Amino acid sequence: MLPGKAELVEMLRKMIMIREFDLLAIELRKQRRIYGALHPYVGEEAVAVGACAALRPTDRITSTHRGHGHCIAKGADINRMMAELFGRVDGYCKGKGGSMHIADFAIGMLGANGIVAGGMPIACGAALAAQLEDRGGVAACFFGDGATGEGEFHETLNIASLWKLPLLFVCENNRYGAGNAVESVRPVTDISLHAPAYGMPGVSVDGNDVLAVRDAACEAVERARRGDGPTLIHCKTFRSLFHAMRDVPPPETRSADLLAEWRGRNRDPVTRLEDFLTGRDIVTTAEVQAIRDTVKRDLEAAVAFAEASPYPDPNDLLVDMFAE
Amino acid sequence: MREITVTQALEEAMIEEMQRDERVIALATTRAPALENKFGDRRVRFTPISEAAFTGIGLGAAGSGFRPVVHWGMVTFSFVAMDQIVNQASKIRYMFGGQADFPVTYRCTTGGGAQIAAQHSQSPYSMFMHLAGLKIILPSTPADAKGLLKSAIRDNNPVVFFECSRLAGVTGPVPDGEHTVPIGVAEVKRAGRDVTVVGLAYYVREALAVAEALAAKGISVEVIDPRTLVPMDAEAIRASVRKTGRLVVVDEAPATCSAASEILALVTEDPDTFRALKAPVQRVCAAPVPVPFSPPLEQAALPDQVRIEAAIRRVLEGAPRPAFARA
Repeated sequence: MLPGKAELVEMLRKMIMIREFDLLAIELRKQRRIYGALHPYVGEEAVAVGACAALRPTDRITSTHRGHGHCIAKGADINRMMAELFGRVDGYCKGKGGSMHIADFAIGMLGANGIVAGGMPIACGAALAAQLEDRGGVAACFFGDGATGEGEFHETLNIASLWKLPLLFVCENNRYGAGNAVESVRPVTDISLHAPAYGMPGVSVDGNDVLAVRDAACEAVERARRGDGPTLIHCKTFRSLFHAMRDVPPPETRSADLLAEWRGRNRDPVTRLEDFLTGRDIVTTAEVQAIRDTVKRDLEAAVAFAEASPYPDPNDLLVDMFAE
Repeated sequence: MREITVTQALEEAMIEEMQRDERVIALATTRAPALENKFGDRRVRFTPISEAAFTGIGLGAAGSGFRPVVHWGMVTFSFVAMDQIVNQASKIRYMFGGQADFPVTYRCTTGGGAQIAAQHSQSPYSMFMHLAGLKIILPSTPADAKGLLKSAIRDNNPVVFFECSRLAGVTGPVPDGEHTVPIGVAEVKRAGRDVTVVGLAYYVREALAVAEALAAKGISVEVIDPRTLVPMDAEAIRASVRKTGRLVVVDEAPATCSAASEILALVTEDPDTFRALKAPVQRVCAAPVPVPFSPPLEQAALPDQVRIEAAIRRVLEGAPRPAFARA
């Protein structure tokens, strides 16, 4: 079912924000204003936004090394995200985590993760907590096609299904595990086929269609809240940019045709939602432009916030190691 | 005072803590009928043999408001969950800027001496100590086992709780009613004058037996049990060494980068304690081999009372030998 205008506009705003946040981060990294490694979510925005649209603020998620999109989709504050990329004390992790380790437990974002499949058992634990709390909470774990090669993927699917945990397995199949094309590391590329082996429903959806992702996620959430257990949602998308960058983006090795196909206006998840909404007269092009202007201003403010924030004090190096 | 085994003491701790706090849940690959009957199969989870998953499930549930107690079985099995231990549990609080607490306890059995060969006779305390971010507990008596497990469950951090297999059936006095032992506090198990012996787990008992035998020969041995390896109560050990001037550490792990090595470093780095030393320090550790199966080989690989006594005599004579040396 098509959501109301306010929700659609918010989904579009979040997708534009994720896109612009990561494009800006790439520029900031090239300028050496931020540090470390960067894994842009560009091209995959519909997965995070579609899945999180089905969740409540109190539901919990785990993310991946490519985690900025999941943060924004779950409602994270871009000022604190940006401050974290800048290594500043007002960042989500007070500068201790950086791009690959942003978390906001207050909004149920249990952390990005530098280890492929590493967040899956943690999400399973959050789902167990939700089941024990018995208040209709659910958890969702985002993971890539690469995670299906890890034992943690299989162990977690099995236990979640065995215990009927309220958990969404959201696979963003962006067709590459770091430098490896999915078909070069898996004989079977339809990841939803793992679901029946673990006794749960599995669906494959167009991962660049935010409404299709949202529909699948809503159905999975309903099933989870009913106590019927987890669902595997295989979202077929495309990593529009590189796996990771340090000082400069790595050279592009994929064919121009392939890139043009996926980056085309009718396939790119952001322009696709934009055109859908304007084509149905749900929003005007002026409204879309206003969203873009707001996102731009918000990001400028986020950079200003980050740059105004001090670096952490080295005297605080040992703070946060252990809880009292 | 009543006497119960370490195993009974640990079970009492679990029951009392699950009664005290309904957020305490248990996860293990083997069934725990006593717990299951009392608390039901929602809170007492019998898990598939999927250590990585249930180690992370404990962590995720801890970050979501529960206090899981995860039993790996033998420490051996924790090695297939290393991602969740090394990359996740030990780093999750600090890496995220301290925004959440992770009150999860990981229990496992350790140690050799039971003829179950290399993979199931390990004492890898120092591997976990090295990680920064995990509290590490290693009790040697039923009372300490109970009191420290209760403290571990109440602690708001990931705690690894090692249970020495050879001590499981050992009995000792345990107070009735509420009994906790603070984390990070060593205990002098026998006061002495001439030599400080720090024992770990089973080797606290062995050191006490040697101390008793040597007392009859006029040698006064002080035996200290750190009980917690992280945080280590370095000051208690240093104070003892400043008094006796001599130190022997007994650890059934191989010497390289061991808990014994760490204890020696903590003692000798301290200027006052270093100046009080009357003899070089000495480790009594396992041979640097995978623990072998056949009883004579296994006995040769692990510390024993003969080697402990020999090490004590050597530090009294000021003539130490390598950490693993046949007596």
